[in-house]
Amino acid sequence: MEQPEPDVVEQTVSTNLPRLETRVQSPATMPGTTIFDVRNVSIWYGSFKAVTDVSLPIYENEVTAFIGSSGSGKSTVLRALNRMNDLVPGARVDGEMTYRGADLYGKGVSATAVRRRIGMVFQKPNPFPKSIYDNVAYGPRINGERNKARLDEIVERSLRGAALWDEVKNRLKQSGLALSGGQAQRLCIARTIAVEPDVVLMDEPASALDPIATLAIEDLIRELKQNYTIVIVTHNMQQATRVSDRTAFFSVLTDSKSDTRTGILVEHGPTQQIFEDPRDNRTQAYVTGRIG
Amino acid sequence: MAAVTTAPGGVDLREPSGWRRAKSQFATGAMWFAFVCLLVPLGFVLVTVIAKGASIINWRFLTAGIPPNVLPANFGGMGPAVLGTLEITAFAAVIAIPLGILGAVYLNEYGGNRPLARLLSFLSDVMTGVPSIVMGLFIYTIWVIPNGLTGLSGMAGSFALACLMLPIVIRSSYEMLRLVPDSLRQGSYALGATKARVVLTVVLPSAIGGIVSGALLAVARAAGETAPLLFTIGVVTANNPNLFSGSNTALSAQIWLNASQPYVGAQARAWGSALTLIAITFILMIVARLVTARFNRYSR
Repeated sequence: MEQPEPDVVEQTVSTNLPRLETRVQSPATMPGTTIFDVRNVSIWYGSFKAVTDVSLPIYENEVTAFIGSSGSGKSTVLRALNRMNDLVPGARVDGEMTYRGADLYGKGVSATAVRRRIGMVFQKPNPFPKSIYDNVAYGPRINGERNKARLDEIVERSLRGAALWDEVKNRLKQSGLALSGGQAQRLCIARTIAVEPDVVLMDEPASALDPIATLAIEDLIRELKQNYTIVIVTHNMQQATRVSDRTAFFSVLTDSKSDTRTGILVEHGPTQQIFEDPRDNRTQAYVTGRIG
Repeated sequence: MAAVTTAPGGVDLREPSGWRRAKSQFATGAMWFAFVCLLVPLGFVLVTVIAKGASIINWRFLTAGIPPNVLPANFGGMGPAVLGTLEITAFAAVIAIPLGILGAVYLNEYGGNRPLARLLSFLSDVMTGVPSIVMGLFIYTIWVIPNGLTGLSGMAGSFALACLMLPIVIRSSYEMLRLVPDSLRQGSYALGATKARVVLTVVLPSAIGGIVSGALLAVARAAGETAPLLFTIGVVTANNPNLFSGSNTALSAQIWLNASQPYVGAQARAWGSALTLIAITFILMIVARLVTARFNRYSR
């Protein structure tokens, strides 16, 4: 008896708290515009080759998840997408990395201009030691917005967008550091979307949070997908299945002769395919939990 | 086995070996002893200065001119020295604090591991240890002597005090900037901030409380210095509100002059000056605390 292929994978986390039921949509068969095109990219930190020969596309209004073990270069590739690696002395990118057709590492490209379009949320919530309001208004202000009414509007819209407005609307003048971990991370997301970026990169955004806060962030990611392209690095495979449309699996390649290790991209594709029908047996071993 | 149980059927949860308990008690006692030893000289200085200086201090003492040394304590005051200390120290702070903070910003944010940054950092460490009289001699040589008789002025004293404050301001600001977590800088960069923006809008505001209190400590330290002023301000008794020309005086210099006099009135004025100086320093410390608290209101 042939079972019909399900369109929707239902996943239930066993706890009786609300909003824990999540479903993974099978990705749109036709991907949208290519936002990033990564071709044969290798990234070096000094003489250490952190990732070797990575090629993958990232599509508009999708969530792309990078999974893989520690040291496989997921974060390195993510940070190369908005040139955060520039801040590491000795970091170098070989190969071609384009964003909407423009070479990210081309001559005359300003890292600042890149980061205004491609925002980033970090592993550990890092609100500035300023008020909640000033945290969100920070980005618009450094971009020259001075009009109080406009700023008020941006702050409210961004906090609503990050599902934080109702919790903080009466204490916008309070310190951003007084928020709980999950709220602080949503504040950082609000801060990121306040500058209306095109892409939001997230580097393990929920790994420092408790399960409830994690689910709140995941709900938020699914909502943000309507307006933004999202790339997320995660160690949590359930999270990848819950939030992402596409998944890229990275692994560590160890060369026993020269005793060097480097990160490689093993395979990428629709999340459902990566988890249910991986082409590479390393992916298979990882997603089924047989290898770390 | 002598099982010591406090409650019937209960478990003895006290430190099992008497030796460890004794060591712990000994260490605690030693710390208390050190603390009390520390308080003795501090309390002695404060009590002596207050006992000998408090009776002479009143509004007249703080404002009236410095009388001849032979006159008793109820004549004149230390007005010119109070004014001189305030002016000279304030101008020194105006020179040293901005330079010091900018230097620290360079060292921590821009210098990295460059040879110039390493050299500057090393030199500022060395300067911290230079005796204060050397700073006075330095300004005497490069400023006072070339300018002849007009070289001695409050401003020359400010230069010497600024040399003294500079390494302290650099050091304390640098340590504060180093404490700013890198994650904050990254958060700002990720929003498209330029390096100057990151420094001005995130790094400095995060560290400003500590920077200001470090700078005020340097000011307090400089206000009490005598040696750098001896060669530079001329130490006169006449009132000279002009910082930039003419010999000047300061409380610390007057303490030094008056204390070596045989006259009771002059000595009383020295004690009064000492107490005034301690009060000025004390006020600066309180201001430093208030400023730190004000700037740190968002850091939890």
